[in-house]
Amino acid sequence: MSLDAHLVVRRGQFTVDIELSVPDGAVLGMLGPNGAGKTTALRALAGLEPLTDGHVVLDGVDVTADPPEQRDVGVVFQDYLLFPHLTALDNVAYGLRARGMRRAAARADAAEWLDQVGLTDRAGHRPRQLSGGQAQRVALARALAPRPRLLLLDEPLAALDAGTRLVLRTDLRRHLVSYGGPAVVVTHDAVEAMVLTDSLIVLEGGRIVQSGPPAEVARYPRTEYVARLLGLNLYRGAARGDRVELKGGGELVLAEHVSGEVHVAVRPSAVALHRDRPEHSSPRNVWAGRIAGVEAVGDRVRIAVTGPPDVLADVTTDAVADLELATGAEIWVSVKATEITVYPV
Amino acid sequence: MTPGRPDGTASLTEGVADGSPSRRYGLRRRPARQPEVLRSRPGRSGAPWPLAVPAAIAILFLVLPLVGLLVRAPWKELPTLLSDPTVREALRLSLITATLATGVALVIGVPLAWVLARVRFPGRSLLRALVTLPLVLPPVVGGVALFLALGRRGLLGQYLDRWFGLTIPFTPFAVVLAETFVAMPFLIVTVEGALRAADTRYEEASATLGASRWTTFRRVTLPMIGPSVLAGSVLCWARALGEFGATITFAGNFPGRTQTMPIAVYIALETDPDAAIALSLVLLVVSVVILVSLRERVLNAGTGS
Repeated sequence: MSLDAHLVVRRGQFTVDIELSVPDGAVLGMLGPNGAGKTTALRALAGLEPLTDGHVVLDGVDVTADPPEQRDVGVVFQDYLLFPHLTALDNVAYGLRARGMRRAAARADAAEWLDQVGLTDRAGHRPRQLSGGQAQRVALARALAPRPRLLLLDEPLAALDAGTRLVLRTDLRRHLVSYGGPAVVVTHDAVEAMVLTDSLIVLEGGRIVQSGPPAEVARYPRTEYVARLLGLNLYRGAARGDRVELKGGGELVLAEHVSGEVHVAVRPSAVALHRDRPEHSSPRNVWAGRIAGVEAVGDRVRIAVTGPPDVLADVTTDAVADLELATGAEIWVSVKATEITVYPV
Repeated sequence: MTPGRPDGTASLTEGVADGSPSRRYGLRRRPARQPEVLRSRPGRSGAPWPLAVPAAIAILFLVLPLVGLLVRAPWKELPTLLSDPTVREALRLSLITATLATGVALVIGVPLAWVLARVRFPGRSLLRALVTLPLVLPPVVGGVALFLALGRRGLLGQYLDRWFGLTIPFTPFAVVLAETFVAMPFLIVTVEGALRAADTRYEEASATLGASRWTTFRRVTLPMIGPSVLAGSVLCWARALGEFGATITFAGNFPGRTQTMPIAVYIALETDPDAAIALSLVLLVVSVVILVSLRERVLNAGTGS
């Protein structure tokens, strides 16, 4: 299974023109400001938006002319669009029934899917009786149940509160991995982009302005939008007490006590750079590094520092001059413990 | 524990502290729901007299005739009057024909409402106006028109008569047709309004799950506009039950065959006023029962809210 598409949708003055290709089991993240054409692109892939030009090829089969019901594309809509008059179970069974499966068989299969997303006890509930997180999981199960050839997710976690999002992000990653087919995720969220996707495309004004693996896009943002959105240093490591042993080397001190496998996030704007080792300073995380890249974006400069740990720092253009920041320079990095966000993997 | 706390660092990075990335872009949420705006201003409940007086007259005008009906009703003879075979026949005929007319309207009217709401074709707005015409057309004109179309010498009726020996006018079937003609627009307008107001993205979701348009209509669209279909049916049934002009023109006045309740009331008024009042009371009771039993649920749905 794979996706290969060239989408051209013209609407008045606005044109979406993007090419994308997603291999089996890979997750493509689609980023971009509002009105960049992300949703239009997703709808075009699903067949809900007619193409002005271009093609959509799934598994080597050209489905450009097929209506949505014949495309075999699963969609998780941003506000889920669960059928309000059907129970969670019947929502999940809907796609199977529509494909001609008998009621009993479809329900048995749907029950298995509900079990996989941990909602067996909610099978008989209507959507309005479900919490946001539960509705999201039902929507995911409904999209996956007919085993689509392509999975599309439109900001799948955007409607959830922060706590729920944390849990579901991990679950979603697991489901995307076990799905095995190509998936496209529209997102606005940096962590989502980093954790869920294998590669990113950034849309602005209906065109791709940047593409590549998330870490690379974050390191060399080409536009201010990307720099702001992907402004995040994300590490993985093992926590013990207030210390986290990072996977890629190095250690960070936290302001709180945790244990187990964790993600650790630091915003580049919270990373301070110094020419000399900071003395009597309050930050508890200080390490030496070498500047690997200097990238000016809009009113800021993003500095990539090789550690360990490697880190991105956003500084002003004045700071670049004052500190003589240039590629290859030795530099000291400091981060306050309170600036570090931790969440379980 | 989400990224995106207010930035308090007094470091070299001060210059970019304004745009915490995840706050600006990362945590996109739906805007919080605005508190509901108060409909009326508090502390001003009185109405000025230029509005209060006409309003009171309007209430009087609507209520007085009903009061008259109740006051003048021959309550004692009511059982005798209503057990009259002619009355029972008229009531039976009215209930059956109104129900059949509603059935016909459902079978052909709901699909038309769907076509008007969902299919784009040239002349759609013209067709929409045409559909609502019977709402404003004097029913007698409707009766005449039906006669010219389906009468023994009518446009279509002459062939029905010649080829199949089928004569429609002045039969119970004619009553059903007349009632359907006048009442169906109520159903179509209600259902079409609901379809246009409905969120079509649910239908899109259904399509992405592999459902054909017909399956989507049956399993998603129809259940979601169910309350409006019910509301439209009730309006349609009530209108059919009260139909007079088109019915008497196209179906005539044959007791037991085409004499419905409203026609019986009209005829009785000349010969036996007490019977007319009794029949009117029955129709009033039926109307009130409809109104009370379905009340706001259906009437609200009918306005598409």
